[in-house]
Amino acid sequence: MAHVSATVYTSHVPAIGVAADLGKVDEPYWKPVFAGYDHSKEWMAANTPDVVFLVYNDHATAFSLSMIPTFAIGTAPSYRIADEGWGPRPVPPVEGHPELAAHIAQSVIQQDFDLTIVNDMAVDHGLTVPLTLLFGQPEAWPCRIIPFAVNVVQYPVPSGRRCLQLGKAIRRAIESFDEDLDVQVWGTGGMSHQLQGPRAGLINKEWDNAFLDRLIADPEGLADTPHVEYVREAGSEGIELVMWLIARGAMADLADTPGPHPTVEHRFYHVPASNTAVGHLVLTA
Amino acid sequence: MPLDKPYLDVPGTTIFDADQSRKGYWLNQFCMSLMKPENRELFLADERAYLDGWQMTEEQKQGVIDRDLNRLIALGGNIYFLAKIGATDGKSFQQMAGSMTGLSEEEYREMMVNGGRPADGNRYTSEWEERS
Repeated sequence: MAHVSATVYTSHVPAIGVAADLGKVDEPYWKPVFAGYDHSKEWMAANTPDVVFLVYNDHATAFSLSMIPTFAIGTAPSYRIADEGWGPRPVPPVEGHPELAAHIAQSVIQQDFDLTIVNDMAVDHGLTVPLTLLFGQPEAWPCRIIPFAVNVVQYPVPSGRRCLQLGKAIRRAIESFDEDLDVQVWGTGGMSHQLQGPRAGLINKEWDNAFLDRLIADPEGLADTPHVEYVREAGSEGIELVMWLIARGAMADLADTPGPHPTVEHRFYHVPASNTAVGHLVLTA
Repeated sequence: MPLDKPYLDVPGTTIFDADQSRKGYWLNQFCMSLMKPENRELFLADERAYLDGWQMTEEQKQGVIDRDLNRLIALGGNIYFLAKIGATDGKSFQQMAGSMTGLSEEEYREMMVNGGRPADGNRYTSEWEERS
């Protein structure tokens, strides 16, 4: 049977992708950002999963205002790298896992989460920057990737509670897949940042670190945080952090038959990367 | 019943909700068109002519020509869509975000390197009204 071996959390700032693509990782501004992922990269090389279920948000790339799915699962064999306005990132194509993705869609929809199924989409920095941070710059990504896009652009966005419950449903779905696959669930976006208006540039280290503490120790309590608190405390784009609760919901301690509490393999926090506070966690089962 | 909008009480911030989205539909869809290199070229060659091909208000078109992002957000623009204009101009997200704050590019970058804008004093609209 397939199983969830770990969950990974990271910001997905576009400038990090640009810095990697232009070979700036050793510049003084970027070095501490990338160094924060060194341990995780080594760990990942030794614990490469078969599949990453990657929760991210599309930034007006695949989804315009024509169509705004709240939760969209990619069931395609592969995904194009998007041109976000300055040409596609020079990264390998993203290979999907259509069989597992279709199984998760079927299972999760039957658990009352109405997913949108997507067979043709380009993936943007929200998906590719986390891959670069955790896998570096290989010729090909070392595993299959199932993109899972969450609407955090136009309100109403899903609640933290809904996201945590969805994560639990995704775990059940993965664990009922017949093939023996090692699956990681990644939650991306955040941490505190605001990209718009006169309040742009907001960063809240205390709130971010409390979020990390509670994500590890008290995810059920954290799931009750209302949207307006994310906006007020972590900036308008800090709302992306609800996606981390999807990954957290997939850990063993929150399962129907609860397993052990997760182990913190790595934790990292750094300000700034461009406009954003970078947060990163690796939790193992 | 109107939409419940507790987020209106956050200063210097516009939440992109259904009302904003309706106002900004064509503005944002115009921005989306700049994802294609051939459209970026057409836009840069004659901005006015390109904008006239979209069902945008005159105010929205002028806001684009002026690159006035705060104005465009008030008129229903969303930052991830507006970012396509910045990308067309070769601007980074930091330059775009900074341009909305009243700070120079250098001052904004410096603020971020020093830990960003603090939450204290920036949580409620009343805190900004007291200041002015």
